[in-house]
Amino acid sequence: MIDKRCSSAHEAVAPVHDGATVMIGGFGSAGSPVELIHALIDHGARGLTVISNNAGCGRVGLAALIEAGRVERIICSFPRSADAEVFAAAFRAGRVALDLVPQGTLAERVRAGGAAIPAFYTPVSAGTPLGEGKERRSFGGRECVLEHALTADFALVRAERADRYGNLVYRKTARNFGPVMCMASRVAIVQARRIVEPGEIDPEVVVTPGVFVQRVVEVRDPADESALVREGRRYP
Amino acid sequence: MSAQTGWSREEMAALAALDIPDGTYVNLGIGIPELVARHVPAGRELVFHTENGLLGVGPPPAPGDEDADLINAGKKPVTAVPGAAFFHHADSFAMIRGGHIGVCVLGAMQVSAAGDLANWSTGEPDAIPAVGGAMDLVAGVGRVLVLMEHVTRRGEPKLVDRCTLPLTGVGVVSRVYTNLAVVDITPRGLVARGLAPGVPLDAVQARTGAPLIDGREGEKP
Repeated sequence: MIDKRCSSAHEAVAPVHDGATVMIGGFGSAGSPVELIHALIDHGARGLTVISNNAGCGRVGLAALIEAGRVERIICSFPRSADAEVFAAAFRAGRVALDLVPQGTLAERVRAGGAAIPAFYTPVSAGTPLGEGKERRSFGGRECVLEHALTADFALVRAERADRYGNLVYRKTARNFGPVMCMASRVAIVQARRIVEPGEIDPEVVVTPGVFVQRVVEVRDPADESALVREGRRYP
Repeated sequence: MSAQTGWSREEMAALAALDIPDGTYVNLGIGIPELVARHVPAGRELVFHTENGLLGVGPPPAPGDEDADLINAGKKPVTAVPGAAFFHHADSFAMIRGGHIGVCVLGAMQVSAAGDLANWSTGEPDAIPAVGGAMDLVAGVGRVLVLMEHVTRRGEPKLVDRCTLPLTGVGVVSRVYTNLAVVDITPRGLVARGLAPGVPLDAVQARTGAPLIDGREGEKP
């Protein structure tokens, strides 16, 4: 019998090892898997490479993981915001390395990783500082750069509903990077507001089929990361 | 209005909205470009895209109706109109990079006479670099409109011969709306299509870092 359910967020993130590459879903606070990230802080894995659109806000979630000194490198598109002082301080002090990637290139590199496409050409970033040092080739007279796929050991993703097979649906713009990160990681770890019986999610509306998901945990009342930031909360 | 200030930001946004045809799928950048959504002419339907996964962005919610899972690329609460669709990031950027979005409206630090755009980095050594979706938008969207003040806070031209700031894209901008003028990027260079009321061309030229061709009388490049 296939049963990917875990009894707690801590159990769900238990396999994450030191030095792992971890994709973290979310766009700002929408879709940020706050409870899984906090469980990972408790778990203690260090030397992590994180792939995420942003670099955390306030002192919770990804920002707290960085503040705890667990992140060695971050691959992201937009690490700057009004509430991103934790990343800024760690970056300026040389504690965290940054690979800056255009947002669509980031999403496409992750999707390519999930489909075992090792690399692809795109005109995005050609002729700009972010295109420097990349292999170049012209297609139809248009300059392109070669971008390599991204894969990860683990993904931490927030969904709305899941079943024991790992089938997922998301909620509104909290979907963002979740589906492609589940595809591109060896072990996709998902927190869902509800875990339902098989069949309760209409097969026609499944967004992430369970084959891309390895571990699911129910987090009934997930924290709204933006509210935690507004309240000045910190973790632990 | 004066030669110093010209059009207001709302007026600039209204001019840009007037140039977007009925039925266009549009991506609006963060800041002044967001104002364009308020100025869609009556009888015209535009579908607004936000790169974090929504086609059919509606107006901001009423206070108290905000939903943390329903935000725009600026991470501000929005609504979804009837007929909207949610999708994941790779699909969203396939819309952008694959040329399915007709128009994007962006802010800028500099635009060159060749249509090069600089809008993601001040180039200052201690700045935290962040690019977001700007490079994807200008590479993939058919028509790139820029809304910006004509000069910087220090009075330096933002329409320039060559960008000195780090580029977002090469030869990508179609048209620029500033507080002083509407300017097309053409193979011949910058062409002024319209000037704010009471603003003479020589005053705009004096605040522009590249030659301005007078294209106000139906002149086609």
